[in-house]
Amino acid sequence: MFLAFNRSRKVLGGLAAIALVASACSSSTATATPATSPTTAASTVASAPASSPAAGATACGTAPVTLSAYFETGFQIPFSETAEFTKEFPNVTFNITSDQYANISTSAARLLASDTPPDLIRLPTVVSLVKDKLLKNLDSYATTYGWDKWPASELLQNRVSATGERGSGSLYAFGLNYSMTGVFYNKKLATQIGMTTPPTTVADFEALLAKAKDAGITPIMQWNASKSGGGLVFPLQDLMASYGPTQPINDWVFDKAGATIDTAANLTATQHLETWIKNGYFPSDVNSIEYADANTRFTSGKALFLFNGDWSNADMDKNAAGNVGFFVFPSATAGGSFGTMASPLQYGIAASAKHADCAAFFFNWVATNAAARQINVTIGGSNPGGPADLPVPPAASGSVTNETLAVGPAIAKANGQMDFIANATGSIYASGWTPELQKMVGGKETAAGLLKAVQAEYVKEQNQ
Amino acid sequence: MNAADRSMPETSAQTDGQRRSLRTLPFGKVRRDTLLGWLFVLPALAVYGVFVLFPVAMTVNYSLYRWDGFNVPKWVGLDNYKTVLTDPELVNTLFNAFRLIFFFTVIPVVLGLVVAAVIRGSATGKLGHLARTVLFLPQVIPLVAAGIVWTVVLSLNGIANQFLTAIGLKGITQAWLGSFDWALAAVGMIGAWVLLGLCTLLLLTGMSKIDKALYEAARIDGAGAFREFFAITLPSLKQELAVCITVTVIAALRSFDIVYVSTAGGPGNSTMVPGLEIYDLAFFGRSVGTASALGVVLILIILVLILPIQWLSRETGE
Repeated sequence: MFLAFNRSRKVLGGLAAIALVASACSSSTATATPATSPTTAASTVASAPASSPAAGATACGTAPVTLSAYFETGFQIPFSETAEFTKEFPNVTFNITSDQYANISTSAARLLASDTPPDLIRLPTVVSLVKDKLLKNLDSYATTYGWDKWPASELLQNRVSATGERGSGSLYAFGLNYSMTGVFYNKKLATQIGMTTPPTTVADFEALLAKAKDAGITPIMQWNASKSGGGLVFPLQDLMASYGPTQPINDWVFDKAGATIDTAANLTATQHLETWIKNGYFPSDVNSIEYADANTRFTSGKALFLFNGDWSNADMDKNAAGNVGFFVFPSATAGGSFGTMASPLQYGIAASAKHADCAAFFFNWVATNAAARQINVTIGGSNPGGPADLPVPPAASGSVTNETLAVGPAIAKANGQMDFIANATGSIYASGWTPELQKMVGGKETAAGLLKAVQAEYVKEQNQ
Repeated sequence: MNAADRSMPETSAQTDGQRRSLRTLPFGKVRRDTLLGWLFVLPALAVYGVFVLFPVAMTVNYSLYRWDGFNVPKWVGLDNYKTVLTDPELVNTLFNAFRLIFFFTVIPVVLGLVVAAVIRGSATGKLGHLARTVLFLPQVIPLVAAGIVWTVVLSLNGIANQFLTAIGLKGITQAWLGSFDWALAAVGMIGAWVLLGLCTLLLLTGMSKIDKALYEAARIDGAGAFREFFAITLPSLKQELAVCITVTVIAALRSFDIVYVSTAGGPGNSTMVPGLEIYDLAFFGRSVGTASALGVVLILIILVLILPIQWLSRETGE
C-alpha cells in the first residue's frame, strides 16, 4: 500500500492536470494486466478511411529508423504501443526516455528547442509550446490520414488558434486515447438502498444520497487533500454541466477572451455541492483523504459512489471485481443536457523533429490498427478514439471498462465532453480550486465566494 | 654518518634562521603565507561558490525579472518584492513560518532541557542509552518517510485518535491534518518530534561538560534542584542553546519536506509555508521571479533572526 501511495503522491503532488491521475492509475494498470494483445489482429492494419494505409506504409520507409521519444514514467500505454509498432514494422525502433510528468512539464520546452528534439513527446499544457513555435503543426497529416473526418470533438482539445486559445485553429497534438469520467457505484450497496437503475436526474441522484446517509452508508467517497488536489472538483464540474451548457466551461478552460467561471448556472451547481457537504454526504475527513486512499476505501466497500475516471477501471476490476458499476452524472431535468470531463492523452511532434512523418504515421496507426486499439482498451481502460466507424474493441467480460466504454457515444452525441476546469491555467488547481473547495468543506467559504475567488485567481494568473 | 650527523643541525639551524629572517621581512613572507592559505581554501571555496554563492546571486538576479523559466525575462525592478510583501496569500505563508517556530524551536528546546536534565539525573545506565537512542531516532529516519507515517498516525482512524478514544476523549478526535484549526499545529508537532532528539542530545552533551564541583559547591550552599538548574546548568549551556535555537529556527522558517509530505499546504492554504510556496510558484505557476523574490525575503528574515543569536552566544560564551 505504501508503494502505491507514495508513487501516486509523487506523480500527483502539486500537479494541476487531472490527466496525471490517469497516469498514476495506469501504472497500476500496467502491473495488473499482462501486456499482451490478440496476435490475430496484430498484423492487420485496420481499414482506415481514405488513403491512409498506402500513404502510411511509406511514411517510415523500409530502411532502419530510430525515433526518439519522451514518455511519461509509469504510464504503460505508449510503451506497449511502440513495442507493438516495432513488431509490425521491424525497421522502426524507438529510443525512449521517460520522466515524471512534473519533470516533463518543466523540461518540455527546452527539449523541444534542443538540437536533438524528440520525434514523439508526452505533452504538458500545449498553448505555451505552440506560442513558442516548438510543436509541429499537424494539419497536413490530418488531411493525409483523414483525421479531419473523425468526430470533431476528438480533436477539439488538441487545437490551438493563432491567438493562443485552445479548442479551435490548427492541430498541434494527438490523443493516444480518450479518457472519460463519471460516477462509479458499489453494486451491493446500491441494491441495499434500492437503487435498481442509474439515476436519470440530479434530484434522483440526491434522493439516493439521502437514502444512503439514512442507511448509515457513506454516500460519496472522494479525495480532497492538497497532496492529491481537490477531488471535489469532479462532482462540481459534473453538476455544472447538468445546470448549464458545456461550451462556456470549455471556453473558460481554453482561455477564451472574457470567459468566466462565475456564472448563474455554475452558482446553482456549486450550491448543490455545498448542500451535499452540509448534509454530510462526504466523509468527515474528506479534506485529508488522498487519491489512492479514496480509491482503496471505495473498492473496499466503504461508500456508495465515487467520482473518478476510466483510468481507474483496472483498479476496480482488480479490487472489487464485478461489484462496481458506472454511469455518467445525470442532467438536472429528465432528458436535459449533461456532460462530463473527457480528455485526450496528448502527444505531439517537435517542430524540428527528424522523423516527423513516421511519428505522424505512428499516431494514425495507434488510432486505427486493431491491435493498437485493443492495447488501449485492455491496458488503459480508455476509448481509443479514431474514426467513428471503427468498432471499439471489447474489454474482458465483467470488466467495468465495458460500462465506461458504453456511455461514450451518448456523451459524444450530447456534445457533453468537457476539459477539466482544473487544467485552465498552470496553478488554478493548486491555488484556486483545491484551497477553495477545502474551505467550503470547512464551512469557511460559500458557493458564491468560491466561484469569485477562483475567477480572481484565474485572472491573476493570466495577467502574470 | 658522522658527517651527516654534524651537518644536520647546521642545516636546520640555517633554515630556522632563514625563516626568522623572512618573518621579519614585512611584505614577502606574509604574502606567501596568505597565498598558501588561499590555496588550501580554494577547492572548498570553489565548491561553495559554484553551489551556494552563485545560485544565491542568480536568485537575487531572477527576483528582479518577470520570467516563466523559458522565454526572455522582462525587467520589473522591485515589483516581485512588492507582490511578496502585499499579496495576502504570500504574506500568510511567512506568518505560518513564524508560527512554526513555536513548534520547531520552543517545544524542542524547552522539552529538550527537561529531558536532558532527567536523563542526566536519573537515567544514567542502559535506560539512559535507550532514551537517547529513541529520542535521536527521528534524526536518522528520512523526513519523507516520517511524514508519511505521521499522516497515517494523525488520520481519522489513526493511532492518535485511537489513543484519545481510549482515554475518553473521543469527542475531540478528528482528521488532524485536514482541520483548519489543527493542521498547522499537527504539522508543527511532527517538526517538534523530529527536532526534540537533536536538542536533547546537544544539551545532554553540554551538561556532561559542566564541572561537577560546581554542583557540589551549590549543594553545600543549600541549593535545591531548581536552583542548581537555573544557576549552573542553564548558564553553562549558552553555546549549546544557541546552536539548538539556530538550527531549529532555520528548520522552521525554511520548512518544506514535512509540510509537502503531510499536508502539501492544505487545507485551504492553512499550512502553506514559504518553502512550498516557492516551489509551487516556480514550477507550477511558472513565476520564477516572484518565487525568487520570496526566496530572497526568506533568506533575509532568517539572517535577521539568526545573526543576533550568533553574536550573543559568541560574546558570552567565550
